[in-house]
Formats: sequence, C-alpha cells, structure tokens
Amino acid sequence: MNPVIQYFKNIKDAVVTTGVGFGVTFRHLFTRSITLQYPTEKWDLPERSRMRLHMDWEDCIGCFKCARACPVDCIYITTTKVPKDFDLGETANGTPKRLLVEQFDIDMSECMYCALCVSPCPEECLYMTREYEFSVYDREELIYDFVTMPEGLTEEAYVAIQEEKRAKAEAARKKKEARAEKESKQTDTKGE
Amino acid sequence: MRDLRTEEMTLNMGPQHPSTHGVLRLKLRTDGEVVTSIEPILGYLHRCFEKHAENLEYPGVVPFVDRCDYLASMNNDHGYAMAVEQLLGIEVPERVEYIRVIFAELQRIASHLVAFGTFGLDVGAFTPFLYAFREREKILDLFEMTCGARLLYNYIWVGGLSHDIPPGFVEKAYEFLEYFEPKIKEYNDLLTNNKIFIERTADVGVLPADVAINYGVTGPQLRASGVDWDLRRDEPYSIYDRFDWNVVTGVEDMGVLGDCWNRYYVKILEMQESARIIRQALDRLPVDGDVQAAVPRKIRPPEGALYFRSENPRGELGYYIVSDGGTKPFRVKMRSPALSNLGVIDEIGAGWLVADVVAILGSLDIVLGEIDR
Amino acid sequence: MQGLTHFFQHIGISSAFWSFFIATIIYGVFVFTFLALFALVAVYLERKVSGHMQDRLGPMRVGWHGLLQTVADTLKLLAKEDIIPRNADRLLFVLAPVVLFLGTYMVFAALPFGPGIIGSDLNVGLFYIIAVSSLVVIGIIMAGYSSNNKWSLYGGMRSAAQIISYEIPVGLSLIIGVMMSSSLHIGQMVQAQATGLWGLGGIFGWNFIQNPFAFIALFVYVVAGTAEANRTPFDLPEAESELVAGAFTEYSGMRWAFFFLAEYANMWVVGVLGAVVFLGGWNSPIPGDVYVPGFVWLFAKAFGIVFLQIWARWTFPRLRVDQLMVTSWKYLTPIAFFNLVGVGFWLLLI
Repeated sequence: MNPVIQYFKNIKDAVVTTGVGFGVTFRHLFTRSITLQYPTEKWDLPERSRMRLHMDWEDCIGCFKCARACPVDCIYITTTKVPKDFDLGETANGTPKRLLVEQFDIDMSECMYCALCVSPCPEECLYMTREYEFSVYDREELIYDFVTMPEGLTEEAYVAIQEEKRAKAEAARKKKEARAEKESKQTDTKGE
Repeated sequence: MRDLRTEEMTLNMGPQHPSTHGVLRLKLRTDGEVVTSIEPILGYLHRCFEKHAENLEYPGVVPFVDRCDYLASMNNDHGYAMAVEQLLGIEVPERVEYIRVIFAELQRIASHLVAFGTFGLDVGAFTPFLYAFREREKILDLFEMTCGARLLYNYIWVGGLSHDIPPGFVEKAYEFLEYFEPKIKEYNDLLTNNKIFIERTADVGVLPADVAINYGVTGPQLRASGVDWDLRRDEPYSIYDRFDWNVVTGVEDMGVLGDCWNRYYVKILEMQESARIIRQALDRLPVDGDVQAAVPRKIRPPEGALYFRSENPRGELGYYIVSDGGTKPFRVKMRSPALSNLGVIDEIGAGWLVADVVAILGSLDIVLGEIDR
Repeated sequence: MQGLTHFFQHIGISSAFWSFFIATIIYGVFVFTFLALFALVAVYLERKVSGHMQDRLGPMRVGWHGLLQTVADTLKLLAKEDIIPRNADRLLFVLAPVVLFLGTYMVFAALPFGPGIIGSDLNVGLFYIIAVSSLVVIGIIMAGYSSNNKWSLYGGMRSAAQIISYEIPVGLSLIIGVMMSSSLHIGQMVQAQATGLWGLGGIFGWNFIQNPFAFIALFVYVVAGTAEANRTPFDLPEAESELVAGAFTEYSGMRWAFFFLAEYANMWVVGVLGAVVFLGGWNSPIPGDVYVPGFVWLFAKAFGIVFLQIWARWTFPRLRVDQLMVTSWKYLTPIAFFNLVGVGFWLLLI
C-alpha cells in the first residue's frame, strides 16, 4: 500500500481501536464485581466436592481395598483378630465385621485428593467431604486417626490379642530360622 | 576505521520470572538489545511421572497424567483412557463418548482462555487476563459440579467416567455457552483488533510452515502457520467425526502466516469452534447409559505396545504404552506437545528484541508441567 | 503567594524579605503535603478503578473499603531497609531521586491551584513550567547510571530518550494555547477562555472547542503527557513483566517511593496544564455560574485527565521502545506541527 495512505490508515486505526478499547473497560466499570471476600464470605461448594477425606470407622470391614487403590500410599491400615466370643457388630449395610481395624491413619499431607480410594470401598464408608479449611501448624497433625475403639473390648482382652499376635510372629520366625539352618546343613553335606 | 563492535552479553531469564509461564530458564545471548540465540534449560519441574507410572496400576496412573499438563487435565485423561482402551480392545457406551467430548472441549476453551490471557499479560495488557479468568471460573464451576475438583479431575477413567453428569448440568452448560459466545467480541475489541497489540505481535516471530513441520510443532501453533492439520479431523478418535465444525488456520489479515498474532487469533477462533462442538454434543446427548458399564474390574492388558495420539489444546499429545501383561504398565511415555513447540524458539526468536522474545514465548503457549513431566 | 507575603507583613513582620521567606516556606510545605495527599488519593483511585474495570473489588480491608491502604503502604515503605548497592556511585545514587523529584516540584512554583492560588504569578508562567519539567531527565539518567547495573543503565537511557522525545509534542500543543490567548501568563490564559463562540462563555469559551486544530491538539497533548509520565502504554522502561524494572531496579523503600511520588506528581502536572490550556482552567462549564468556587472546577478537570491516564493504563498493551519512538517522532510531532500551523492560519483569517 502507498506509504502515505498507510500512514493515515495507521492514525485512523489507532484512534478507532483506542476508542473501542476504552469503551470496553469503561462499561466494565459499572458491572458488578465478581469477587468473593473470603473469609467473610464463602462459596457453597457443590455436593460432589473432593476436599478432605472422611471415614466412618463403624462401617469399615478392613478389606484393604482403599489402601491398595491409593496411588501415593497415604492410607495406613492394620487389622487384628478378636477373641471368638467378642462380637464386633455389623456395618450400616448389614455386613458382619470379622476383623478389628485397630489402625486407620490417613496422611492428609500426602493425599492428592484423587478419590481413587472412594469407589473400591464395598461399605461406602470412605468418602470426600466439603471441608477444605484444615491447615495446621505442625505437619504431624495432618495424620488423621479415624479409629474409635469399640466398647466392651477391655484393656486385658486387647493386650491378650497383641500378645497372641506377637507369640505367633515369634513362632513363625523361629520355624523359618530352623528350616533355613536345616537347608544350609543339607547343602553343606551335599557339597562335600 | 575499524568496525565498532558491541560485546555479546549473556542474560538469564531465570526460572523465576513473570513471563516464562512456569519454571523455565532461558539463556539469552544478546547483542545490545537484539537477541542472537536462545537456549532453554528444562527440568525445573521434573516430577518423574514416567517412573511413577511404572509402579502404579493402570487406573492409578490417571491422577498423575492429570498433573502433567495441568491446564488441560481432561484432555490428558482422555488421551490416556483411549490409549489403554485400545490396548484392552474395549468399547465404551455412546453416552460416555458424548460426555467425554463435552468435557474435553470445555477444557480446551478453558486452556485457551489462560493462553491468551497470559499472552496479553506478557505484552502489557492487564485487563483481558482477568476477563478470561472470569469465564474460566464458570467452566471450572461446571467441572466442580460434576466431579468435585477444579483443576485436576481424575474424571475420564479407562472404560468410562468417574461420575455421571449431575442433574442440572445440561442447563448450566447451555447457559455458559449463551454467556460465553458474546464475550469473544469483547476480547476482539480489547486485543485482537487493537492497534498497539497488532504492532506488538503482527509480523513478529514468524514460523514458516516447513520449519514448523520439521521441528514437530503441532496444535494451534502449527495451524497458525497455515498447515491444515488437526488430529480430531484427520485421525478421528472418539466421536469427533460426527460433529460439524471447522479446523481453524492462520489468516493474513493483520500480518503474515505464522506470526504471534496468528497464533493468538487461531486460539480465539478455536474457542468458538469448541463452543459449536459442545452445543452439538449437548443437543445429541443420549439420555441413558451407565457411565461405569465398561469400566473393567481389573485392568490387565495383553502384552504389546501402542502409540495413541490425541489433540491437546497445545498440540499432539501422544502416549506410548508398553504392557507386559501385568496390572502395572511396563512403560508409559508421554509425548508432550509443548516440548516440541518450545524447541522452535531459537529458530524464530533469534534476531528479535528482548521484549519480542517475551511475546514469542507467550504465543507458543507452553506449560512446564507437560514439558518436564 | 503574594497574599501570604502581605499577610505576614500585616501581622507585624515588617521586613519584606523575612515575610517573603516565611511565606515561601509555608507554601512549599503546602505543596509537598498536597503532593503526598494527591499520591495517596491517586494510588487508591488507581487500584479501585483498575479493580472495578477488571470486575473485581480492589483493596477492601484496610479501612473502610480500603481507604487506608495507601497509608499502610507508605508506612511499610518508610520502614524498609535502605539498600545501596556496594559498587554504586553513592553520591549520584542518593541524589537521583532528589533531582527527579525536584524537577517536578519546581514546576509547582508556577502551577495554579485555583484563581489566585499560585506560588509565583510569573508573566512567563507556562514557559517556566515547560522548561523546568525537563529536569527530570537528569534524575533518571543519574538513577540509571549510578545503579552500576547495565540493565538499569539501558532502562535509564531509554526512559530519558522517551521523555525528551515526547517533550516536543507537549510543548507544541501547549504553545497553541499561548497563541490563542496571546499570553504566557496562566491567569490571562484562563481569562481568555471566559468568553468564546458567540460570546456565550461557559464551556464554549474553552480552547479546545474554539477551533478544530485545538481539539486535535488536546488529544496529542494527553497522549504525549501520558508518555511523559511513563505510564502504560508507554511504560516499557519500567514495566513489571519485562526483564528488569528499568532505571529504578536498585531502589527500595523510601527512595523508590520518591520516584513513585514524582510519577504521580507528573500525572497531576499534565492534568492541570491540560485543564488550564485547553479546558478553560478554573472557569465553570455553565455560562455565568459564580456559585461554585474556581478551584473545584480546576481540580475536577485535572482529575478528569488523571482518570483518563489511569483508564488508559488498564486498557492497552504496552508499546515496544522503538515503536514508542516512532509514535513520537513520526506521528505526534508532525501532527503537532500541523496543528500549530493550522491554529496560526485560523487565528489570522478568522
């Protein structure tokens, strides 16, 4: 294009687009602001919001499905057997509980809020709530312990269970050692 | 008289910089104001995604895949899910396909909003960035309503979706489209047609089509150079072949093909096209179908390897998955579009002023999460 | 300030020199206070206006709707550590903000605040203002050089080049006002805009309506004035999302606050000059109105131009340095010359 004409076109373009741009921002001066002044005002989160995890201990049957599904291994579960006569009760769905879940810790600082643990749970006792304001000063406090010991399980009975467990583990270890020694003796004799 | 020569200086646009869109380090060699070479140094956001994937079961990889290109999570999920589904040889119900397309295109709009907002910010226009984020909030509200999360969704699972769309979603989605389409005119007024913006971006950082193809540039950056290539149309996956939409390529209105203005303009037009696709998908959404019907209990693909590519907002996102027959993949390699796009910056950035390098980098639309994985 | 001098003489300080001296000090303090208050208000206004233009609220917490935000910011700046780079040229580093601020402060000696409220009622008031405001360039170069930082130096040079280039369209546009009122005296210039087309007075007396060239000159003036004050779209030398913060990178705390203060003072000067030369000064737009005091109108018009500058900042992207120069030399300066010639012919023939 002829440079002279281009020159005047540039001026015209500049003036016109400047005016249009001004118009846009000026109009916005009068629109309602969309800021939410947290913390005095808070959003109503939708039902399915994936914020902090929560678990109903009474409904847990100790199947480990959630711990296995978790990609970052932030759920720590230990279960133990109870004496035969002790009745642990049923979950909300009517499934009888056979194992005592004595440790159910979730490390919220490791959790990545992916909700992969929610779907495998057969009793639907693990779910994500709408709670997002749970900052703490000490990281240890973010390890949430969801266990509430059942009533009726006395201190002695619990200690007795632990003792039994330990004794079993000890016996198993001894057996393993004995077998290993026997095998090495055999290989020694074979080698000769 | 001996030639006067100025000294070449090395300038570091360090990992922490307002304009590098993440932790990217650029080593610029400059001669006065003019940049003679650019060397990107990566790795500041490397999080060992591919190593993690070897230790997780197939469904567990999905949240990690989200976190690679965090601005286009749905598209990442979509690509991975389709790749594993092809490995398994399963088909998903119609309803799932439609919903996946709706979410992928909504995510494309959201990603392009961030892209052009931050591009405007790089060249000094502060306001369009905030307007873009206002629109993005509405999209994120739609996502939050459906799957509970706003940025990293873990929504598109292998074989289906994690949740069905909630009641009221379709109305809200239509509302959003009604609200969004007129806003594009506002962006055009503020940026696209603004003389100052055109001065800053037209004819700057021209990427010729053959150079783009040689470097493996894909996505809107490639289409802005005039190459008519879009995986959704040319290698259709999912149900994209059932919709009526156009592939947007660069125009010569304000500059030349392949300049920063075109790379920006293609994104604006692509948002319009995505809105069209979403509208058509919403119109034809099948009313029933279980979204979890095809989700397998245990994912154990047969031995083999597969490369599957899909169209991310940034380009061709590829997954190369090697399965050894177990429940955990042997190898998951992600072909990141932003990495290939970034590779071209020395070619097109050299010879421009420092201020232009900022504009060129912004127009390439990189996300470090994807580049470094 | 004449009034102040007489006042002191009246209350008993018979020596003319001493009463003048005290009056000067009081007026100087008044101007400085005004500048500080104006910066407070202008920064708050900027943050609120930019917030609402971007559909958000701006400061809301400090004080009712954030009114005390700038006070809090000033207190913070005062409490900051004073860092001077080790290899910096100490003397120049310390003096640079002073010189910069001085350039703007000295303008206020002849800048009116209302009818009769003026420091020194010079016959060549406008000429003095245009001349003295060029002192800021030295301040910027001193700041850029003394920081011992090559990018500060580049930024300082670019900023200085920008200001010098844009002084020409500013000066030429202001001369149009001089031509139309045949005087460099500020008071007379405002007086000359009291009556106008068809003897109507009010807004019809204002210079920018009198002839089309003056109308264009108003826009040229505002654009060039925005560039003088280093505001977007002309703020590449000090841009936030650029590589370095330009000439003022190494300044922190109160020293940096001085630069900031000088920028807002510059904006005000641009506003007042525009009001006086083109928009009728302290004359009211309604013909024959005597109820509203003059300084209210002057302030309103000056604030209008300041608002325009704030508005422009949040609407447009910024120009690259070479495009900045092109705009000044290839577009604004020729248009300003064209206006000058046009006004000359108009006044001669009409």
